[in-house]
Amino acid sequence: MKLSVVLNEGPYQHQAADTAYHFTRAALAKGHEIYRVFFYHDGVNNGTRLTTPPQDDRNIVARWSALAEEHDLDLVVCVAAAQRRGIVDESEQKRHGKDANNIAPGFRISGLGQLIEAGIESDRLVVFGD
Amino acid sequence: MEPSPEEYEGEEYAGGVVKKFMYVNRRAPHGTVYAQEALEVVLIGAAFEQDVSVVFIDDGVYQIKKDQDPSAIGTKNFSKTFRALEMYDVEKLYVEKESMQARGLTEDDLNVPVEVKTSEEIGRLMEEQDVVLSF
Amino acid sequence: MALLHTVNKSPFEKNSLETCLRIAIEGSSVLLIEDGVYGAMKGTALNGALSDAGNRLQFYVLGPDLAARGLSEADVMEGIEVVDYDGFVDLVVEHDATHACL
Repeated sequence: MKLSVVLNEGPYQHQAADTAYHFTRAALAKGHEIYRVFFYHDGVNNGTRLTTPPQDDRNIVARWSALAEEHDLDLVVCVAAAQRRGIVDESEQKRHGKDANNIAPGFRISGLGQLIEAGIESDRLVVFGD
Repeated sequence: MEPSPEEYEGEEYAGGVVKKFMYVNRRAPHGTVYAQEALEVVLIGAAFEQDVSVVFIDDGVYQIKKDQDPSAIGTKNFSKTFRALEMYDVEKLYVEKESMQARGLTEDDLNVPVEVKTSEEIGRLMEEQDVVLSF
Repeated sequence: MALLHTVNKSPFEKNSLETCLRIAIEGSSVLLIEDGVYGAMKGTALNGALSDAGNRLQFYVLGPDLAARGLSEADVMEGIEVVDYDGFVDLVVEHDATHACL
């Protein structure tokens, strides 16, 4: 089946970011297609490459990037939520005159339409939040 | 609350598939961002011409309470935007009767026309959905 | 059309499980995850309500979240099935849609 995942919370603050990841991995291992992982609300904070978690703890951002690379996943960070919270790619950096960008590998910033489209195109959509 | 150009990026949906989408609102406005950002999804989603229902359960019913004035706390008064939903063809707004009663609210306290449904009716409606979005 | 409801918060912290039980229609399923697994424990104030609900809803609890919290399968109420992440995926696929009762 084609599954999409929505993640509404940031890394470490809520377990949602972990549960969403483990669910996504399990679905892929079972041979399902993950159509999209959409990050909304504080979930956009999963997409900053600037985190330095302690060595003895999981690296939430890096493992999303790694999973995306391994399985060619579409990790989409909502542009409006990202603008509010300071998750920026090169294009947003230029558009809004910021002095830096911070998007992590494997993530892209796009509109809320991508969430609706994921719901339309997928067989199942699961939300992880608080 | 107008979607910015970035939001649209030419995302007019012409696929033809119509699914039943339900947006579930269970949190109060202003204390957290979920209510406001959920409404943004509903507005953008309206362009996709799906079969949309918006339900307000538990503290979600407070989102559409009249007379909100957040000027002294400095948050945005997005409650007015619920009245614009009709223009976007999002007309199926439901509140859970039990949630209203527990909070001493009646339809007169709300700023948009809604249909009051019992818990069971909301549950049955939810069962019909293809996509259920929670915030 | 059967729905899967997920409940991720403890019933002692938030009313999400309570709301879920009120809304969920006979024949649907409830999966307790994250802090929601505390709702599956034997001997809590919720046992009566959950037993009653168990007559019309199918309950599941996520094993990894039990283990994380020092809870064993022996601590789980009768009639609640323990599943892992694979089982979670299967539940999502088997049900027509999923409602996250956050």
